[in-house]
Amino acid sequence: MRLVIPLAITFVAGMIMILQFFVPATQSVGESLQEWYMIVASAAIFLGAINLLNVHVHKIRFKAPNWKYSPVTIAGFSVMIITGIFFGIEPGKPFDYMFTQMMVPMGATMFSLLAFFVASAAFRAFRASNWRATLLLLSAFIVMLGRVPIGGMISPKIPLISEWIMQVPNLAGQRAVMIGAAMGMVATSLRMIFGIERSYLGGAD
Amino acid sequence: MSTFVEKLGSIDRRIIFIVMALAVILPLAFRMSLPIKIGEGPSKDMYDAVEALPNGSTVLLSFDYDPSTMPELQPMAIAMAQQLMTKDIKIVSLALWPMGVSLGNEALISVSDSLGKEEYLDWVNLGYKTGGGVLIVRMGSDIKSVFPVDYDGNSVDEMPIMDNINKLSDFDMIISLSAGDPGIPSWVMMAGDRYDIPIGGGCTAVSAPQFYPYLGTGQLVGLLGGLKGAADYETMVRVGVEDAPAGTATPGMAAQSVAHLVIMLFIILGNISYLAGKKKKRGAK
Repeated sequence: MRLVIPLAITFVAGMIMILQFFVPATQSVGESLQEWYMIVASAAIFLGAINLLNVHVHKIRFKAPNWKYSPVTIAGFSVMIITGIFFGIEPGKPFDYMFTQMMVPMGATMFSLLAFFVASAAFRAFRASNWRATLLLLSAFIVMLGRVPIGGMISPKIPLISEWIMQVPNLAGQRAVMIGAAMGMVATSLRMIFGIERSYLGGAD
Repeated sequence: MSTFVEKLGSIDRRIIFIVMALAVILPLAFRMSLPIKIGEGPSKDMYDAVEALPNGSTVLLSFDYDPSTMPELQPMAIAMAQQLMTKDIKIVSLALWPMGVSLGNEALISVSDSLGKEEYLDWVNLGYKTGGGVLIVRMGSDIKSVFPVDYDGNSVDEMPIMDNINKLSDFDMIISLSAGDPGIPSWVMMAGDRYDIPIGGGCTAVSAPQFYPYLGTGQLVGLLGGLKGAADYETMVRVGVEDAPAGTATPGMAAQSVAHLVIMLFIILGNISYLAGKKKKRGAK
């Protein structure tokens, strides 16, 4: 039963979601399922929050590696929740102040670090070791120059060639990846609906 | 000489980090500026698509990003809101990312205040709801059941801006400023293709290449890619507007130009060292 019931639910729900496009009578059931999904997804946020606390409390209790960062996580988490609940989240309130003055700059800083790692990684790994790598290197140079004003100042043709690279070779490659991924998604979905793919059950089979 | 060239390949990464930091900081500190030339491309297409909307249209603006991608996407949000509000186009906004809702609200309030626009009449922020693609599909049949109240908790039924808006097809255009999933692909697949609504977008520079297939098929009417897209948009929106406030993307382009040149310089140095080493190995054989 542990196996049959989840497989039956998956089959029925999956078939309804497909059939609603073709059979109008199943449309309202499909809409109900979508609402259930949103309710479950909202509940999952609370589960995620509880899990976050659980993981970090566990780390502190058992002095797991890097446990010293966990009190900081719990403190930040608690302060944001408490200020949000007791003072509100409107502009000017402590929650909003901490979001705009702490969370925003810290988030932007983390993403900005990419520039340094990209520079270091490109220096060490971007080698013209054969003609294909050389072609990739030249394309990268043209796109890098074409995406900033200085490229157009060097030659007005650089932005045009850069846009051509994006719109022709890049588009062809991206489209191939998208079609391949979409076909894989359809195949995996069908395998799940018909009970062939069962890994999502967490090893219950 | 050969030894020096070979040593180039093993520059300490801390030196690379310092040079990169200077390449970004100095142009910003000295307010270096470079002219932004707007040519044919996805940024211009995006601007033209919005310009082609008649006054009084209603656009759904989705803030699908968080603080980490804010430096690239927030200038787009501000420039986009400026263009829409200047054209008297109503904005209904929401967020598929939890932190996008505050950032979007900040952009809308700043532009609305500067242009004397009114909340609930000219714009509204519906807030964040979880669900991604499923949320979009639900909005396709009934927006007010998905968002009964806005970000501030006011009933959407009582808002003049929502009088004629009940489902996604009531919008004249949907614009997603997206840093990942859910974002542009969800809007294209669940709203654009299904309800035949024009979709425009803005995204980070690293994710822009993956959206070119949508541009090629017309599923996206335009796309702002990274800081360059934001700077292009700021420049186009400011044309003909006296005393328009300067955006943050345009000054950033000088820093990005220098940073790109520095990265290219390091790649060239790395390759000189690599080729010298290769030549030496061949000679030894």
